[in-house]
Amino acid sequence: MPVDLNLWPLIGVLIIIAGFALRFNPMLVVIVTAIGTAFAAGFPLDKVLAAIGAGFIKTRNLPLIILLPLAVIGLLERHGLRQHAQNWISSIKSATAGRLLIVYLAARQLTAAIGLTSLGGHPQMVRPLLAPMAEGATENRYGKLSGKVREKLRAMSAATDNVGLFFGEDIFVAFGAIVLMTTFLKEAGIEVEPIHVALWGIPTATAAFAIHAFRLHRLDKQLARDIAAEKKVAQGESA
Amino acid sequence: MTITIQYLYYLVGLVLAVTAMMTLRDSSNPRRFSAGLFWALYALVFLIGDLLPPAWVGAVAVVMALIAGFGGVMGGKHQPRTDAQYLASAQRLGNKLFVPALAIPLITMVGTLSAKHLVFGGVPLIDPKNSTLVSLGIGCVIALVLACKMTRETPAQGLRESHRLIDALGWALVLPQMLGMLGLVFSDAGVGKAVAYVTTTYINMDVRFVAVAVYVIGMALFTVIMGNGFAAFPVMTGGVGVPVLVGVYHGDPAVMAAVGMLSGYCGTLLTPMAANFNLVPAALLEIDKNAVIRAQVPTAITLLIVNVFLLNFLMFR
Repeated sequence: MPVDLNLWPLIGVLIIIAGFALRFNPMLVVIVTAIGTAFAAGFPLDKVLAAIGAGFIKTRNLPLIILLPLAVIGLLERHGLRQHAQNWISSIKSATAGRLLIVYLAARQLTAAIGLTSLGGHPQMVRPLLAPMAEGATENRYGKLSGKVREKLRAMSAATDNVGLFFGEDIFVAFGAIVLMTTFLKEAGIEVEPIHVALWGIPTATAAFAIHAFRLHRLDKQLARDIAAEKKVAQGESA
Repeated sequence: MTITIQYLYYLVGLVLAVTAMMTLRDSSNPRRFSAGLFWALYALVFLIGDLLPPAWVGAVAVVMALIAGFGGVMGGKHQPRTDAQYLASAQRLGNKLFVPALAIPLITMVGTLSAKHLVFGGVPLIDPKNSTLVSLGIGCVIALVLACKMTRETPAQGLRESHRLIDALGWALVLPQMLGMLGLVFSDAGVGKAVAYVTTTYINMDVRFVAVAVYVIGMALFTVIMGNGFAAFPVMTGGVGVPVLVGVYHGDPAVMAAVGMLSGYCGTLLTPMAANFNLVPAALLEIDKNAVIRAQVPTAITLLIVNVFLLNFLMFR
């Protein structure tokens, strides 16, 4: 073991796993982990707080993407955006939640692959448009939906946005991750062309599309089964 | 004049300051004072955070975490409009409602792509270092103007709607930044080096397929812990990828990097640490906080197994 290596900071990994597993409030878990890890690395108290503060300032860009669209989305929701998205999708008779999400997955992945990662996202696309459309398409076939079915559709809408983004953006050669990877390898004495890293992402990206699209294809059948089972239970209760 | 990310920090700081005031005056909120203090502190981080000594900001972050951790951040009651009102307005405005919503991503895209051409007298209009976020900010302001015109509402109503949605999100809104901070503290403290040392010392990598599996699954597991594939990449590639897969087995480093990073992304789909992608959307959609992760587990695990085989075949072709 190298002399200058300190294994004590690993305690941070244990705190965070234990904290999440025991279902403590995530904000508390994170701050306790940060304090514990910094102490384990031998930082004095003022440096512990300074490390937390500097990190908190450097990451201020993270909530922007959620906070900035809220006013617009809130106003449009007040004027019926979600209801309109549901009505609009029900005018397309062949639409099902699974088909809608497969089309969205393909579009999200292809646009991200040419660098257009901002054409989507949870506050501006999934909450006001995609999830209400998935719910609208399903309601159109089966009538009023239970909370459980609704939750499943919303979760799958968010998941589809994530899968499309993650396994699309990495094929774009100017993407930050590619720069990070080639810079790191260069420092380790290995020269690779960014375009090769981007191209070798395609097999995994294709597999991601195939796997997730297959699950979305099955989602329609699953929904039909779940809703039929729910109706049966409801009928049993009323009889 | 260049529009930098600093302008967006001021804008967000003002929105949060207004939210703090609305929260303090909201008698329907059972925790209006602690919640108001929470949002006021967060507003300060954006308005003057970079002027304060880092240790003070650290203390602010600790106080915010304590308020949130002990149930001090709650929302007030917001009266929804009636179903009939929603439908009437949806019918009146029709497809026009989509315009401001779609204007945000479109303006963001156009701004990002044209940022390098928008230079006036040698001064760029959009800060090239943060062109996407700055374009997003501009897009949101333009979309707000469009939405106000169309719905005949005032920007003040926009702020009230922001307050409603921030109330619904609660502390989950701050969690991504807390986790980002934790990632930086981890790397300051040398957690990555310690993890790389432990994995390479205690796992026998004399069999090539084992080494490949350790790299792929290690990328995913480390991303689960750190919440970010970017943090896992230097650790696993420095610890296993470069010395073993390239050094001992002479694999193609471009394939290793590509498949390795995408294995990290499989980890992102599985972890509450990636709050921006998993917990915040669940809060936005008003569903169980782990529902999005549960929906992603089958895709992520299947893809991870596929990645072990892809890397094993493509890297040593």
